[in-house]
Amino acid sequence: MSELGTITFGLFIIVAAVGGAAVLTWFERRLLGVWQDRYGPNRLGPLGVFQVAADMLKLLTKDDWIPPFADRPVFVFAPTAIVVAMLLGFAVVPFSPDLYLLDINIGLLFFLGMTSLAVYAVLLGGLASNNKYALLGGLRSAAQMVSYEVFMGLSLMGVVMLTGSFSLRAIVEAQRDLWYCIPQFLGLFTFIIAGVAESHRLPFDLPEAEHELTAGFHTEYGGMKFAMFMLGEYLGLILISCMITTLFFGGWLGPWLPPVVWFCLKVFIIICFFILLRAGIPRPRYDQLMTLGWKIMLPLTLFNLLITGAIALWLEG
Amino acid sequence: MLKALASQFRTLWTILQHSFTKAETVQYPERQPYLAPRYRGRIVLTKDPDGEERCVACNLCAVACPVDCIALQQGVKEDGRWYPEFFRINFSRCILCGMCEEACPTYAIQLTPDFEMCEYDRKNMVYEKEHLQIEGTGKYHDYNFYRVSGLAITGKDKGQAQSEAEPVDVKGLLP
Repeated sequence: MSELGTITFGLFIIVAAVGGAAVLTWFERRLLGVWQDRYGPNRLGPLGVFQVAADMLKLLTKDDWIPPFADRPVFVFAPTAIVVAMLLGFAVVPFSPDLYLLDINIGLLFFLGMTSLAVYAVLLGGLASNNKYALLGGLRSAAQMVSYEVFMGLSLMGVVMLTGSFSLRAIVEAQRDLWYCIPQFLGLFTFIIAGVAESHRLPFDLPEAEHELTAGFHTEYGGMKFAMFMLGEYLGLILISCMITTLFFGGWLGPWLPPVVWFCLKVFIIICFFILLRAGIPRPRYDQLMTLGWKIMLPLTLFNLLITGAIALWLEG
Repeated sequence: MLKALASQFRTLWTILQHSFTKAETVQYPERQPYLAPRYRGRIVLTKDPDGEERCVACNLCAVACPVDCIALQQGVKEDGRWYPEFFRINFSRCILCGMCEEACPTYAIQLTPDFEMCEYDRKNMVYEKEHLQIEGTGKYHDYNFYRVSGLAITGKDKGQAQSEAEPVDVKGLLP
């Protein structure tokens, strides 16, 4: 692609991702409504889709207030960090054989790095708010990220082992015969759980846990700054879904339909699954979360790694 | 451990099945709920079958009201009837308990099946007599207080009410 084409495509991805995240706020509420035998927002426009615009208008016209006791620069920086980190993560996603922004040989590591950076937003937001609930939220987030980051990376190593490359396009190409969700089902299982924890959505939304911590790390945030946090969360959801598609469900691969359509379809289904998780599963207690992370998920991932390595060696030799 | 995991998956499956169940929500402004005639909603003042106000300003409703939202002033007409000079209900205080209706000796104050009383301004929730008074008889069509009570008014003396005996002459010697 030419330089201009790359810039245009980059801007398009940003707009599409942010727009997708905005529509997702409405879609999630509608879908939750379907599963909980109610309607959700259905007043504005066809099926209530203009609710997005109404919410945006409300958030834009809100007073942009910074509490006097907060640490101003950090307080302002935190919400931008999560959005920027998540948007950067989209750079390495291969949407189709030709549609991608960046094909680097460390694509997967870049993605892991970007999602890890998002924890700074939560942590700094909680710290800069100078509020005990926010601090507790930030604290929980830090602990959660540390425990789940570990096996999030490790759960993908099986995929890397089978492909022999960190490049996401190479990973998709390697799935032509068999999607990795079958040989790597343990990796998929652990990666989904880590992904939910990473984008701190229900059932792993302990950093915000509105029943215990008012709103957790974004207690003191309002208006567009709060919207940025929400945007970051939904961008994270889309990004994780893109990654699951790419790594385990054969990315753009599929018969008849054009590759981009296949990719979007798979991402959509996985997003629906994430919303189903939110609709169904209650939030665990904090110590249960940590126990699950360190005592069950980490050994499971290591076991998967061991088996995958053994099989890969056996197939070679 | 595995049992717990299976339970989680069963939960997800159950919820997925709810994709095909109908929503329980009643789409309110389009579909009105059924309200029974005895529903305790907006309070009205009714008139008797002759078209006179029923309220005799006895103040029992104001006394019975647990939140003190009723205020009225008694006046006397030339024919001896009592009536409220003003009658005021503050609906921002009213809890629609119906105590006033039970206390009322003349069926004047009644609660109706209407609850849509939204206002942007709180002072608009204070209803005066002209807002409360309706033309009909409400839930009790034939009742007229002055026809059954023993109170003497112009055109009806003691003992002339329905099923009322002539007053006893306490000074007479006859049994």
